[in-house]
Amino acid sequence: MLEARDLTVRLGRRTILDGLDFLAHPGEVTVIVGPNGSGKTTLMRALTGEIAAEGRLSLDGTDPRGLRPWELARRRGVMAQFAGLAFPFTVLEVVRLGAEAGGQSGDAADARAGAALRRVDLEGHAARLYQELSGGEQARAQLARVLAQVWEPEGPEGPRWLFLDEPVASLDVAHQLQVMDLARDYARAGGGVIAVMHDLSLTATIADRVVLLDEGRAVAAGPSEEVLRSAVLEPVYRCRLDVIRLDDPPRLIVTPRPGTATLAGAAPGITASATAG
Amino acid sequence: MVAIAEAAAPTAGDRRQRARRTTLGLMVLTLVAAWASLATGAAEVSLAEALGRLARGEPLTLHQQVVLMDIRLPRLATGLLVGAALAVSGAVMQGLFRNPLADPGLVGVGAGAGLGAVTAIVLGGFLPASLAALTGTYTVPIAAFLGGWAATLILYRVSTRAGRTSVATMLLAGIALGALAGAATGLLVYVADDQQLRDLTFWGLGSLAGASWTKLAVAGPIMLTAMAGTLWLARGLNGLALGEAAAAHMGIAVQRMKNLAILAVAGATGAAVAVSGGIGFVGIVVPHLLRLATGPDHRFLLPNAALLGASLLVGADILSRSVIAPAELPIGIVTALLGAPVFLWILLRRRGVLDL
Ligand SMILES: Nc1ncnc2c1ncn2[C@@H]1O[C@H](COP(=O)(O)OP(=O)(O)O)[C@@H](O)[C@H]1O
Ligand SMILES: [Mg+2]
Repeated sequence: MLEARDLTVRLGRRTILDGLDFLAHPGEVTVIVGPNGSGKTTLMRALTGEIAAEGRLSLDGTDPRGLRPWELARRRGVMAQFAGLAFPFTVLEVVRLGAEAGGQSGDAADARAGAALRRVDLEGHAARLYQELSGGEQARAQLARVLAQVWEPEGPEGPRWLFLDEPVASLDVAHQLQVMDLARDYARAGGGVIAVMHDLSLTATIADRVVLLDEGRAVAAGPSEEVLRSAVLEPVYRCRLDVIRLDDPPRLIVTPRPGTATLAGAAPGITASATAG
Repeated sequence: MVAIAEAAAPTAGDRRQRARRTTLGLMVLTLVAAWASLATGAAEVSLAEALGRLARGEPLTLHQQVVLMDIRLPRLATGLLVGAALAVSGAVMQGLFRNPLADPGLVGVGAGAGLGAVTAIVLGGFLPASLAALTGTYTVPIAAFLGGWAATLILYRVSTRAGRTSVATMLLAGIALGALAGAATGLLVYVADDQQLRDLTFWGLGSLAGASWTKLAVAGPIMLTAMAGTLWLARGLNGLALGEAAAAHMGIAVQRMKNLAILAVAGATGAAVAVSGGIGFVGIVVPHLLRLATGPDHRFLLPNAALLGASLLVGADILSRSVIAPAELPIGIVTALLGAPVFLWILLRRRGVLDL
């Protein structure tokens, strides 16, 4: 179980996260949603120990801030929202770095890297230079790298965790679905998945639990049907949102109503986008 | 057949085999360069005959002893170590700054080490006798190390914010550091006496002519230690290529790794500068060629850079001794003539990426 209590993050003089409580269970996909700048990435960085945070933090009973980097690396993999690569590694080499970080070497690392590449449909691109991939392909290669690091959803120390910051933002729909399947499979096999998402309909199809952030606070948390409701979402996103229930297969569609954005500067009649990165 | 094909590791995108073969090739190249270096020179001496004597257990003639053991061998050993140290420093620094244009010589680290060395040469006489006795022949290499270390630290602080290095800032800060160190060195030249002045001039251009077992006994272990230390950096530098946060998430103690990298660069560059002056471009050209050939994996890049740097510098030394024999060119001129065009070529190829 991943639990944060009264989590506060200050960067410079600004308070970015303000006494936030957060809970995620292994075996579930937990999705963090919220408008731009609401603190989703900051929350991920605090939960993964990347930045200092006040408050209580517990990863399956231990405070991750007290673990060594290599101990933590065996328990959780992190896919950042933005990723660069300084040198011309091939796709296979990038993914193998993940497998090696997860403790594999030699043929085992190769095999795991190959399997991770298959899982994101990049098998055929193993020999290409990462820097020459498209943005969406790079995102999938990064996901494969992270997956190769924490391949087994359960380890000797307990469940493993995948932290994914906007993993599907640059993907086409089929690959979005593939990544959603991957996340769900990982959770069903006993691992924990924590993902930041913008697409609320996609969130509804995958999330066991949704946490809605607004200005550094968690304003709602619970199952999709509880959080993904117009009454909960509209004050946070500042536009009208229609939530439509489809039956076959059963799922929720959350869609903004054109011309309803109440952001400063939004002129009446101009369609506001609620999906900007 | 099918079973074998399935059991085989995936090879597409895997350059490790090629990197290992390159290591073997570079070992051979280094041996050839070493042999050629021992065999080349103004004095007539037969290497085969000398080896024959050694093999038969006979002592060398006085002539062979002087030319080979006292002149050419220390020069060869210095060339090998300095070339390896410069190339490895370059590769580590590029990994640390996450940028293929970082080079100790280009961004003022060599100048900082040079300032340290010149300070020790010129002002060493003013050291309190007790301290001088304590540091002895180590004064110049230690001063060079401290100068290189300070320059690397300043450069890193100035050009890196939140783990991101700005190329423009790094290069400009390097120019400023180089100018500052150059000006301070110029001031010191005023207080130098005639003998020191001659030493400084030749040394400033970079040369292996002053190589001796005494100097190598001090600087050699520093270079070897620094290069051995980089073996622990390879995995960390690979992770760092993905960014500081990703490296930490992959289990690398990033801050410790960076401190170690800075120490290794300062040690290797400082000791190299102390024995041979400012030899440029080895640190940038060698890693670049190797990345093109076998990829950026530092586990192969670092040892291969040591081998290619060693053979390249020994080759340049042979050129510097034979082009205008019996006189010789400072080796720094040869490496600059060979390296600067390659550096420009790298810049041309990167034109689109290098947004200053
Ligand atoms: N290093 C930083 N220094 C100051 N402010 C920051 C820093 N990082 C993020 N912020 C601010 O914190 C807020 C939340 O950012 P972030 O967590 O990235 O939002 P998002 O929910 O879009 O991922 C934003 O207003 C952002 O400008
Ligand atoms: Mg974000």
